[in-house]
Amino acid sequence: MNLVMNIDKRELLTDLSDLVRDDFPILRGDIRGQQLVYLDNAATTQKPLQVLDTIDRYYRQHNANVHRGVHTLSQEATDQFEEARRIVARYINASSESEIVFVRGCTEGVNLVASTYGRANIGKADEVLISAMEHHSNIVPWQMLCETVGARLRVIPMNEQGELLLDEYRSLLNDRTKIVALVHVSNSLGTVNPVKEVIEAAHERGIPVLLDGAQAMAHESVNVQELDVDFYTISGHKVFAPTGIGALYAKKNHLENMPPYHGGGEMIRSVTFEKTTYAEPPAKFEAGTPNISGAIALGAALSYVEKIGKERIAEWERELLRYGTERLSQVEGLKLIGTASRKASILSFTLDYAHSHDIGTILDGEGIAVRTGHHCTQPVMQFFGLSATTRASLALYNSKEDIDRLVEGLEKVKEIFA
Amino acid sequence: MTEDVRELYQQIILDHNKKPKNFREIENPDRKVKAYNPLCGDQYTIFMTLEDDRVVDVSFQGSGCAISKASASIMTELVKGKTKEEAEQLFEQFHDLVTGKLEVDMFELGKLAAFAGVRDYPARVKCASLSWHTMHAALTTDTKTVTTE
Repeated sequence: MNLVMNIDKRELLTDLSDLVRDDFPILRGDIRGQQLVYLDNAATTQKPLQVLDTIDRYYRQHNANVHRGVHTLSQEATDQFEEARRIVARYINASSESEIVFVRGCTEGVNLVASTYGRANIGKADEVLISAMEHHSNIVPWQMLCETVGARLRVIPMNEQGELLLDEYRSLLNDRTKIVALVHVSNSLGTVNPVKEVIEAAHERGIPVLLDGAQAMAHESVNVQELDVDFYTISGHKVFAPTGIGALYAKKNHLENMPPYHGGGEMIRSVTFEKTTYAEPPAKFEAGTPNISGAIALGAALSYVEKIGKERIAEWERELLRYGTERLSQVEGLKLIGTASRKASILSFTLDYAHSHDIGTILDGEGIAVRTGHHCTQPVMQFFGLSATTRASLALYNSKEDIDRLVEGLEKVKEIFA
Repeated sequence: MTEDVRELYQQIILDHNKKPKNFREIENPDRKVKAYNPLCGDQYTIFMTLEDDRVVDVSFQGSGCAISKASASIMTELVKGKTKEEAEQLFEQFHDLVTGKLEVDMFELGKLAAFAGVRDYPARVKCASLSWHTMHAALTTDTKTVTTE
């Protein structure tokens, strides 16, 4: 009886891709004579008309520099730019938009925290704790900091499913630990980390936590106040906004105490050759003319997601993940890499008869875009004893037919190689 | 299946991928060059024995995609027994072929012609040429062990 009810529920679930696909013009295109199937969303997402039109409209009707002129266009640009900041704050439930710093993306967000908060608070013999499944962007900035100040980088281990070992994590926390920096959702394994527990354990010892939210924003509901997270990084292009724009959320008291990052215009209150006083956050961290159109487009992208509904998107992606896992598991010689009990819609795998680059090329010939390689997570590859995997990462506009096409494509790989 | 993919994965490439030639280590080689493509993780070591100006033996070991492995295998077959100058000429021809620089006479190219399909896949040129660049490094260096990327 239960089984029947489950099947019914599945059939009733709306195919979200049907509703949103027309919003993404690139998806109508052909690749090598075949209808595009875009399964590389963890690398970057496609952009809806709502975002493309916003950029076009901004440059056609409102373009001017922000926070400067008294003229009308400058005021319009400033209003839209600051409205975008409010949208980001609303999207992640920050208590104030002054806790949102516009940056280029997660990489810059992590670098900003490492070089400002890090240099001010982390010293010789202190420890920075990251995890075994970090993207290079959440490893290298901390390594650079550790080398400069003489601190030690330590790593939370994971198991064969790609899940963090929480007991090991707790035992790694000590009086020398000065920050925990962790990926919210793993880009190469799909693991959704138990970030609330991680943060609680760190906070018991007064240790702040940074979360790399690159993969989480488009797929998970992010509530920074509920998580009580100290720093949260966002990459716009992973959530339907353009490349080169992102945001760093940081608790107000951190932003107030952190030294500035880049020096220049916009981040100052007054400048003389003897002394400069800095602006209040977030301006203190936004030297130079910002990526205005990008920020406004990020606002449009997040509004687009909110309009469709985060829960609805999550539900559709769960169904795609279930279907994709089931279909791929039936492919002969295929091994899924990353089988955590809580996963985002990311399917990394290897085939025992073909190298991932050959798989990627053959799938491209079928119009299917997947990522192949180490996904900027070489330590993850080393952990699993691999040099590369093939990764299909799904977004709201993907359909079950896309997954069927992937499986058919893998049959072609088998025809050639097996 | 698209023609492009068929042209890329010709039978000769698939055969060399499955059963590579000269896939072994040479003891006490005159040259030992490690090659690594950081973008995809392909890594090979090329071993070479030289007598005067001639490559008397060349072999390789390592792992990577079908294109890079087949290319290394065919490279060792073609270069073995050649003078340095002849080997460098082959390298140039191969490079021009995979980058689509010039129309090459397929008949003259022989086994190399199998890699003509790579022209349509710019992302794969590095896979195809990795072992050739490594061979070139082995010929132009005086030291016994070098690393190339």
